[in-house]
Amino acid sequence: MGLILAQLLTGLANAGALFMVASGLSLIFGVTRIVNFAHGSFYMLGAYVGYSLMQVLPGAVGFWGAILLAGLVVGAIGALVEMIVLRPVYAAPELFQLVATFGVVLVVQDLALMIWGPTDLLGPRAPGLGSVVRIMGEPVPQYDLALIAITPGVALLLWLLIARTRLGILVRAATQDREMVGALGVNQRWLFTGIFGLGCALAGLGGALQLPKGGADLLMDFTILAQVFVVVVIGGMGSLPGALIASVLISVLNVFGVTYLPQSTLVLTYVVMVAVLLWRPFGLLGREEVAGEIGQVGRPEAPIAPAGGLRVALTVAALAALAALPLYAGPFARVLATDILIFCLFAASLHFLLGQGGLVSFGHAAFFGGGAYVAALLVRYADTPMALSILMAPLGAGLLALGIGAVSLRASGVYFAMLTLAFGQLLWSLVYQWGAVTGGDDGIVGVWPAAWATPDVFYWLTFAVSVGGILVLRHAAHAPFGYSLRAARDAPRRAAATGLDTRRLQLAAFTFAGAMAGLAGGLFVYSKGSIFPDELEIARSFEALIVVFLGGVKTLSGGWVGGAVFTGLEDLLTRFDYWRLALGLTILAVVLVFPDGLVGGLRRLSARRRPGGEPDE
Amino acid sequence: MHRNSLLAGLVATTLAAIAVPAAAQDGAPIRIGEINHYKRLPAFAEPYRKGIEMAVEEINADGGVLGRPLEFVFRDDQGEPGEAIRIAQELMTREDTAMITGSILSNVGLAISSLAANREFVYLAAEPLADAVTWSQGNPWTFRLRPSTYMQAAMLAEQAAQDDAVTYATIAPNYAYGKDAVAAFKEVLTELKPEVEFVAEQWPALFGIDAGAEVQALERAKPDAIYNVTFGPDLAKFVREGTTRGLFEDRTVYGLLSGEPEYLEPLGAEAPEGWIVTGYPWYDFEDGPNAAFVEAFEARWNETPKNGSHVGYATALSIAAAIEKAGSTDSDAIRQAFEGLEVEIPAGTITYREIDNQATLGAWVGTTALRDGEGVMVDWEYKDGADFLPDDDTVRELRPSE
Repeated sequence: MGLILAQLLTGLANAGALFMVASGLSLIFGVTRIVNFAHGSFYMLGAYVGYSLMQVLPGAVGFWGAILLAGLVVGAIGALVEMIVLRPVYAAPELFQLVATFGVVLVVQDLALMIWGPTDLLGPRAPGLGSVVRIMGEPVPQYDLALIAITPGVALLLWLLIARTRLGILVRAATQDREMVGALGVNQRWLFTGIFGLGCALAGLGGALQLPKGGADLLMDFTILAQVFVVVVIGGMGSLPGALIASVLISVLNVFGVTYLPQSTLVLTYVVMVAVLLWRPFGLLGREEVAGEIGQVGRPEAPIAPAGGLRVALTVAALAALAALPLYAGPFARVLATDILIFCLFAASLHFLLGQGGLVSFGHAAFFGGGAYVAALLVRYADTPMALSILMAPLGAGLLALGIGAVSLRASGVYFAMLTLAFGQLLWSLVYQWGAVTGGDDGIVGVWPAAWATPDVFYWLTFAVSVGGILVLRHAAHAPFGYSLRAARDAPRRAAATGLDTRRLQLAAFTFAGAMAGLAGGLFVYSKGSIFPDELEIARSFEALIVVFLGGVKTLSGGWVGGAVFTGLEDLLTRFDYWRLALGLTILAVVLVFPDGLVGGLRRLSARRRPGGEPDE
Repeated sequence: MHRNSLLAGLVATTLAAIAVPAAAQDGAPIRIGEINHYKRLPAFAEPYRKGIEMAVEEINADGGVLGRPLEFVFRDDQGEPGEAIRIAQELMTREDTAMITGSILSNVGLAISSLAANREFVYLAAEPLADAVTWSQGNPWTFRLRPSTYMQAAMLAEQAAQDDAVTYATIAPNYAYGKDAVAAFKEVLTELKPEVEFVAEQWPALFGIDAGAEVQALERAKPDAIYNVTFGPDLAKFVREGTTRGLFEDRTVYGLLSGEPEYLEPLGAEAPEGWIVTGYPWYDFEDGPNAAFVEAFEARWNETPKNGSHVGYATALSIAAAIEKAGSTDSDAIRQAFEGLEVEIPAGTITYREIDNQATLGAWVGTTALRDGEGVMVDWEYKDGADFLPDDDTVRELRPSE
């Protein structure tokens, strides 16, 4: 009995920092609709700033003052980031802002390394709260009890702010219908800046508060991010009480999971997330999304048209030059071009889903990595020849996508995205943990192309499959399938009224895109000779997403253009010491200069150059 | 239009990557490719790199290798196997390197090792610990310097066998290294002392430990001793919670690698006392090559060495010795030179075993203590790696490729 109580207290204490970070993310999303990838970075900043302040401020007052100050400082940084980076891109397509926040992640990582150095910092203990209290014989750290006391206090203050102040009224109004709030004359700009700053301050506060239970390190931004996403989604995006309930639920479940199912540490939270979302598709306390909020906003899209004669001729010429690459370029150019082509196909498949289907997937790497694992497992256990295993990769990934899509499409918008994220993580943890079959994180190695596929032949194979795949995706956009898919995206009700089965269409698109990603994965495993769970991870899904947004969602070529530019840029920049800073700043620059993505921006420039010219594509 | 200009851009990007490899001439440097996670794990990779750079400076001051200067090309792989493969291919072709080395993470090491075998190019896995590097996934082209997970776990198991403790609990990160480390410890300890019993196994997520809950779960099992494999931020949290909640009182704790300065230093004055650990006690070397290395390192970099610094230094020495023995930069000659190669490094003479390409570098085993507010190892002893490897028949079975 004493143990169970003590475990409950541990869970409640863990929930504290988690709730603060999660409530910040939820608040930001509720009002500004920004999925803030940089939220973990603000949490990390809070820990580092708090640590530095604790070194100079003495005693208990200094300790608690440092935590508060860390929150304030991080809040101010957040507000600044919002004004410089996010304000100019609110008019861009929905979710485009997450690209900007991804740039911020990279910049913060390198700045933190520059300022605080590579060594992990151990947080100081809270003055006067360094030991334990015995509760029914079980030791409970005093600081845990302090956290348990502080969390409801913060929650109460937030509740008062939201429920009792004018700012709170505006926040609630904006969460429900931000256009209407703007139409009623509220200055949204400052509301957004304020909320973003407040959300970041909460993240910073969370980071500083956990210092006595750990410290500050350079990996903590990503470590917390996935967990916080889970909490916010389970609670319901934009709901503060939901975030509180979910953080307690997850933390307490984790504590019992650790004790009674020690192997479950990777999967438990994602299992809970999938279960909750299947039961309540909008989270525990979330509300159904208003139609169109995640769909297309901004200027209407120009109808797509087949490429003209000149463009076809130029494309053919460029492709011919690319095909002839092994004849005039060195071996490394071939390697780099192979990597770029494979990534382009992967990005193009996600781009199809996003651009044509309006379906934002946060878990597309599941199909890329899934396809790669299908091929690698076939080789490992059945000695399957190369050609056959590359063909099976899209089949396996497509089946996977069919299953995941059938369940995930019960939800829509951000909740759909989060379900795909959860399934992606489940698959990742399955592969990671089931070492006997998948090799765990030691991966499957030694999957090299067959003897007939010399490096040149393999390059041509990759070229043919990748370019072919991208052309098939493009063709699908021009086919009736593409038209009905766009109808389901832009006007689901009207599409349904004309007799289109929108859900089945979307499922078909999801499966198709998954299969194409799987095809890229099949090529990938042979180009690298090995496969590791890294290719299934969230980071890979986000990378693809970033690339698609950078290229331009509302274009036909954004996916592969973004993929090519990003991979090329990455290969170039990683040669320098502070490449993350450089890459982050480059991404931010692209975001600010080309809010429609690279292709969209270039198209607009050319339309401006020709007087009266219409944007083409 | 613009699609095509961008397509042209793509072609241009790839064209820009083309370069003519400089022909190896007399007096031109012998280049070695080095791939590591400089951004992902800077606390580990930087001290390691400094060890390499110092060795290279010394070697070149001494006339270089085969009369040519030695040069390392350092590249960052973001800690991703796929990136590492691309960079390795660039190093092999465009950078015209003689061989490659690098990686700390085992999965990246295994990926490069597979590429090395496929391209018949020598790879020295300096830091990766996975047993698979030299055993289950071992290949003729991959050599490993650092003592493997199995070897270091066996060193601790040997210590544990001399203790009274009968019931053990383990805590290890939930991934391959953690699982290997627990399996090896269990195997060796059970063999030496059949009556031991493992009463709890905890598997926190790597860098995602819920330390309070883990400590409660360990306490619940009431073990006589604990075997810890967690490291980095996980270790800091585990130590903090465990100390606060009194988990370590009256219990012997065995900590794999916990004595390495990389892990011990960040804990500062809160470093646990009385743990039996493997590590690198640079502060206590009094004389001999170890002390000389530490002194030279401090003079060169104005900072104290880490375990990785010693490994990096030994890496460069091993490579120089292999190429000198090979007499050329031909891949197969270097591979043959590595087999059975003996190298003098600060820790002593090590041999790259012919049977499994594993070097016999050992580790220091000692007990943690606090000295002037810093965690240190005391009563330590250097354990030769050669004594902690299975017998040859077993090794042949573990290494199917040969």
